[in-house]
Amino acid sequence: MAKDESGKSRVGKWTRRGLLVTGGVLVGGALVIGVAVRPGHRAPKLRGLVADDDEALLNVWVKVTPDNTVVAIVPHAEMGQGVHSALAQMLADEMDADWDSVEVIEAPAHEEYANYALVRGLALGEMDVPTFLVDTVDGALLELSQVADLQVTGGSFSLRFTGIHAMRVAGAAARQVLAEAAAATWQVPVDELRLERSLVKHPPTEREGRFADFAAAAAALVPPAKPRLKAADEFQVMGRSKPRLDIPPKVDGSARFGIDAHVDGMKVATVRRAPVFGGRLLGVDDSRALAMPGVEEVVALPDAVAVVADGYWHAQRGLAALDVQWSGDGRETISQDDIYAQFRRDLDAADAGGGDVEVGEGDVDHALAAAAQRLDAEYEAPFLAHATMEPMNCTVWPHDGVCDAWVGSQNPLGVRTTVADVLQLEPDNVTVHNGYLGGGFGRRVYPDFAEQAAQVARAVGGPVKLIWSREEDIAQDRYRPATISRFRAGLDAGGRPVAWSNLYVNKHEPAEAPRIPYAIENQRIASVASPTHVPFGFWRSVDHSQHAFFTESFIDELATLAGADPYRFRRDLLSRAPRDRAVLDAAAERGDWGAPLTAGRGRGIALHRSFGSIVAEVAEVTVDTGGVRVDRVVCAVDVGLAINPDGLIAQMESGIVYGLTAALYGEITIRDGAVAQSNFHDYPMLRIDATPTIETVIVNSGEALGGAGEPSTPPIAPAVANAVFAATGQRIRRLPLSRRVAVA
Amino acid sequence: MVEIEVNGEARQVDVEPEMPLLWVLREHLALTGTKFGCGIAQCGACTVHVAGVPVRSCTTPVGAVAGRAVTTIEGLGGDGQRHALQQAWIDEQVPQCGYCQSGQIMAAAALLAQNPAPSDADIDAAMRGNVCRCGTYGRIRRAIKRAAVITSSTSEEPSAGEHEGPAPRM
Repeated sequence: MAKDESGKSRVGKWTRRGLLVTGGVLVGGALVIGVAVRPGHRAPKLRGLVADDDEALLNVWVKVTPDNTVVAIVPHAEMGQGVHSALAQMLADEMDADWDSVEVIEAPAHEEYANYALVRGLALGEMDVPTFLVDTVDGALLELSQVADLQVTGGSFSLRFTGIHAMRVAGAAARQVLAEAAAATWQVPVDELRLERSLVKHPPTEREGRFADFAAAAAALVPPAKPRLKAADEFQVMGRSKPRLDIPPKVDGSARFGIDAHVDGMKVATVRRAPVFGGRLLGVDDSRALAMPGVEEVVALPDAVAVVADGYWHAQRGLAALDVQWSGDGRETISQDDIYAQFRRDLDAADAGGGDVEVGEGDVDHALAAAAQRLDAEYEAPFLAHATMEPMNCTVWPHDGVCDAWVGSQNPLGVRTTVADVLQLEPDNVTVHNGYLGGGFGRRVYPDFAEQAAQVARAVGGPVKLIWSREEDIAQDRYRPATISRFRAGLDAGGRPVAWSNLYVNKHEPAEAPRIPYAIENQRIASVASPTHVPFGFWRSVDHSQHAFFTESFIDELATLAGADPYRFRRDLLSRAPRDRAVLDAAAERGDWGAPLTAGRGRGIALHRSFGSIVAEVAEVTVDTGGVRVDRVVCAVDVGLAINPDGLIAQMESGIVYGLTAALYGEITIRDGAVAQSNFHDYPMLRIDATPTIETVIVNSGEALGGAGEPSTPPIAPAVANAVFAATGQRIRRLPLSRRVAVA
Repeated sequence: MVEIEVNGEARQVDVEPEMPLLWVLREHLALTGTKFGCGIAQCGACTVHVAGVPVRSCTTPVGAVAGRAVTTIEGLGGDGQRHALQQAWIDEQVPQCGYCQSGQIMAAAALLAQNPAPSDADIDAAMRGNVCRCGTYGRIRRAIKRAAVITSSTSEEPSAGEHEGPAPRM
């Protein structure tokens, strides 16, 4: 049994969920109750979070300060998805805390905050191992003990796992010991107490106290092993639109992003990596650069060169003045056409029923042979960069045998491990200060830029802020992979699909991305590996973004072949998927499906399930001499329960605009082995004047909580492509749309 | 040595006149609310006002603004007060990651100063230079309209409630 400094031990076990609820006195007689996310882990570093002797750290997720402020300590990065506020809502509701005096801080990068959801899911075999974790654990066997060292914001896990399994439990446990402490102090039955807005009240005697008043008494109690969680009809804070806590500093310039870090005496560096992926630095002539104002040092790395200066502009000018030779190792001749040709060769080779079969139901070949009508189609989606608004950056300050690093990361523990490796320090001696993220979208899971910052800081021997140019950000991303997907399908005489065969290149994650919710008896979904030299990365909604475009466009083609209405056709195939059907219905109804449109306008629908959530979208487009214009998007979403409805709506809007940018314009191409695009002029973004009105309908099914940050992205490309077909009869099978049609 | 006026204060900075205003603000004057996004005036994250006009500070040499009034997001409200747009941005829950929002608000403030009741087309024209990867455009449009109502009613009726803020600076 773990002991704290005063020798008191209060540990309760909650083995059903594998959580450990711990408690004890931390410093100066203050209270601590911890929900340890790993059994047996005592989280000693949390002591650093208790600033004053009279502050109480109620558990690893919550602290009550003497002024009765409840501070929620959340283990996930805030990148605009509202996760800090939503997690705080879950904790505050269970605790009956006063929402107006709740504050949120992000937990420092320590193992104690490892994302238990990932660990538990892996341990229990509930999910596949996301490959982005493999880098972080050095590709070793994914044993529990190793994976436990992760603290990742991604995969829409935050609310689904941390929220349910830790924040709510923590809030409920804290509430219960505070209530018991008050009951003991006042000598009244605990069930006569009422807790609300961070106060404990005893109505029969009209007594009232603040949570903070009972912190010391609560320290003497054993925290509950199984605190009672509220039923949905008891929620006061969850399920309501609460103003996000991170917004006020984001309107006056005071929010601190990674790029805003400052260390006295720091240098500023910028870098260029070998433009051809996998290339090496052969040589560099830095004589002109070193003669330029402000340039202090040129650092040659194995695959990159950095210029260190007294400020960014001087570093940037120095970099431009370098004369660099790179090796391409034979990859410098690869073009985008070569990559697509390779995909088609590998698909051809596997086309005779080969490939890695993910779904095999019924007898597809027989059903295709017996079908009354057949349709084959090939779809294509390009590479995409993330293009977060804040270019990659990291500030590293090695000093006195330790290191501080400032960054905005979805994976601060990965940054810590990476920086420690470069500087040959123990990870415990590296402190990562995670600021706000100027966009994540999956890009900031990777610590590649932090590794470079550490390499440069090591060479310089002092604090360095490394800032990538936008050009470097576009050219050195981890890209959403380009993919080709082939379909063969058959309809029976009644126009009902009886066979669905899908073969595509390069399965990433999640494996279920190409699955369809429709009842088609004979299905084969298979993939073939066709590796390229272009680095792969997680891009908002990962494989779902390509596959939803493929499957939801092709099902639309089948509806046309059957002479059926695209909405009715889908709906008829969802009799065994009532949740999906309800979402589809909600989108169709709000989207005025079937209402007449003028010539040149069209409506398209798409439905997709991802990250435990279901989203259907109806897009309305106008196609005229000016090109395609998306006028309106209606989105219906079922995440189980919307913790913060306005936050959910904001995430739907965000995912739709992100996906619409990609659908309309998004395309990274490879030329001479390297990325051909460089900045927003040739990798354009959706702007306000081309953004449709977006209406969101929330369907609260009460089912298990699903993710919110990603699931609205996949359906938008097929909804728009299907709308263009409805308006023009032109079927879009390759993205982006701007390659096929004019985009207004 | 270049002399500039930033948020009402005269400042001297020892830099070449060719240095972009963005890096003078961020690295020499510690005004980090103005953001670096693209470096080529394509995204608007670095938008500030020079004599009331929105400019891309990433491509504006500091020497070109010597002696002229520069306003950044930190100086928009003045006297610790929020500008009506800043309050509207909170009321409409506009920001997500927040990185582009300083530039968005500065662009919007310049619009409202010139056009107190902008139409949708006016908003499109004034704001299309500012990219938001989180896709907050719909809320930006609503917030501009909300602030427009407040500022126009404020100018008519000086005691117009809790959202009252100083008029946008020219």
